[in-house]
Amino acid sequence: MAEFMAIAIRAVAVLLLLVVSAALLTWAERRLLGLWQDRYGPNRVGPFGLLQVVADMLKLLGKQEFVPPFADKPVFILAPAIAMATMLMAFVVIPFAPGFPLADLNIGLLFFLAMSSLAVYAVLLGGYASNNKYALLGALRSAAQALSYEVFMGLSLLGVVMQAGSFSLGQIVEAQRDLWFCIPQFLGMVLFFIAGIAESHRLPFDLPEAEHELTAGFHTEYSGMKFGMFFVGEYLGVILISALMTTLFFGGWLGPVLPPWLWFLLKTTLFVLLFVLLRASLPRPRYDQLMAFGWKCLLPLALLNLTVTGLVLL
Amino acid sequence: MTGLFYFTMLIALLAALQVVRGLNAVHALLHLIVTLLALSLLFFLLGAPFAAALQVIVYAGAIMVLMVFVIMMLNQGDAAVEQERAWLDVASWRVPGLLCGLLLLELGYLLLAPADGGRVRAVDAAAVGRTLFGPYLLLVELASMLLLAALVGAWHLVRPLKNRREGTSDD
Repeated sequence: MAEFMAIAIRAVAVLLLLVVSAALLTWAERRLLGLWQDRYGPNRVGPFGLLQVVADMLKLLGKQEFVPPFADKPVFILAPAIAMATMLMAFVVIPFAPGFPLADLNIGLLFFLAMSSLAVYAVLLGGYASNNKYALLGALRSAAQALSYEVFMGLSLLGVVMQAGSFSLGQIVEAQRDLWFCIPQFLGMVLFFIAGIAESHRLPFDLPEAEHELTAGFHTEYSGMKFGMFFVGEYLGVILISALMTTLFFGGWLGPVLPPWLWFLLKTTLFVLLFVLLRASLPRPRYDQLMAFGWKCLLPLALLNLTVTGLVLL
Repeated sequence: MTGLFYFTMLIALLAALQVVRGLNAVHALLHLIVTLLALSLLFFLLGAPFAAALQVIVYAGAIMVLMVFVIMMLNQGDAAVEQERAWLDVASWRVPGLLCGLLLLELGYLLLAPADGGRVRAVDAAAVGRTLFGPYLLLVELASMLLLAALVGAWHLVRPLKNRREGTSDD
């Protein structure tokens, strides 16, 4: 029973930490975007505008919980819950420090892929249940995009699995004691990062919610905390992909002097910042360009990476 | 563990029943996804984590997404629900009910019959790989050829219609 309690306390702690950092990320992103675009960003509420997060949350919670009368009500409410739940579930297998993943599954990486493939339903069902043309179009795009990019996300990770000889994320980190996988698996790393951006619907791959043509895409009809859950889900996705980049390609918690968890935190933060920088600097491609890029350019590269890794290992 | 297994089984069965009973196509599909997830958990509890992961990635995460995708595009409204209601009368349950009853009898017989050592043995990814590329290599290759044929067929159907359009008068 004590053992169970210990796991439960850990799980709740990680959960709270994640949701809080996802919320803080909204503030950090706006400040950084401001910095890079030569303006201030939110700086009025609290020190450095830090309490802006609280203000935003109060605003979202204070809004009326509105479900459009033409919506498919149960599905409409279910969709944002899926968005947040799948992303939080995926963190179960991430090793934050030696011996501290919440569950060291021997199929850890597959578990992540499974959760990210289930995350598609959030957008798809959100768009369907809204019963709105923009939302439906956004959801269709999103489903097509997610399915295509999932294909080579899985393929790009196989090189790492082959070199580490395991699906377990803890063992993948251990296998990087001599050399981080970002060097032998450079191509895999680049491919995974691009796929990761597409999976988390971030700019430049945020076509499901491209506001210049689809108002807000799949979450057009959402407001209040239900919108907030989609929003937090997206930021959780950013943190998740960053944590996986760290774990799979940059040695996870390995590093000299500093304690392991701090190394993990530092590396992950770096990738989160990279996500924001990409948003600040890249234009959005057209939808057909996005799909063509995925299938005609990235898929062959992922297969090439896999073949070469296989040949080298043999 | 056993309690968890039966609980999951119950969820799978109830969700499956909802798939058949459901009037709204999208809701029925959602129940089907729940069934698949519950089946995946059953695989996991039976000591086949790799099969469980594949069940979620392939069935729940890819194939069902495509089905929801297509049904979503059809955008069936309340009219379709009414039609379903009309079709699902008591008479249409007789034959499926009979078949399910037969399956249940068979299952009961199997459960009561002397078991031939039903030990649970964990099957990991490496074991699955060794089997696929060992004794079943030929079947895997054949399946991949089948998929290739499907791919070529799909490409043929959606290729640019340049030649065909020249024959008709383009407005």
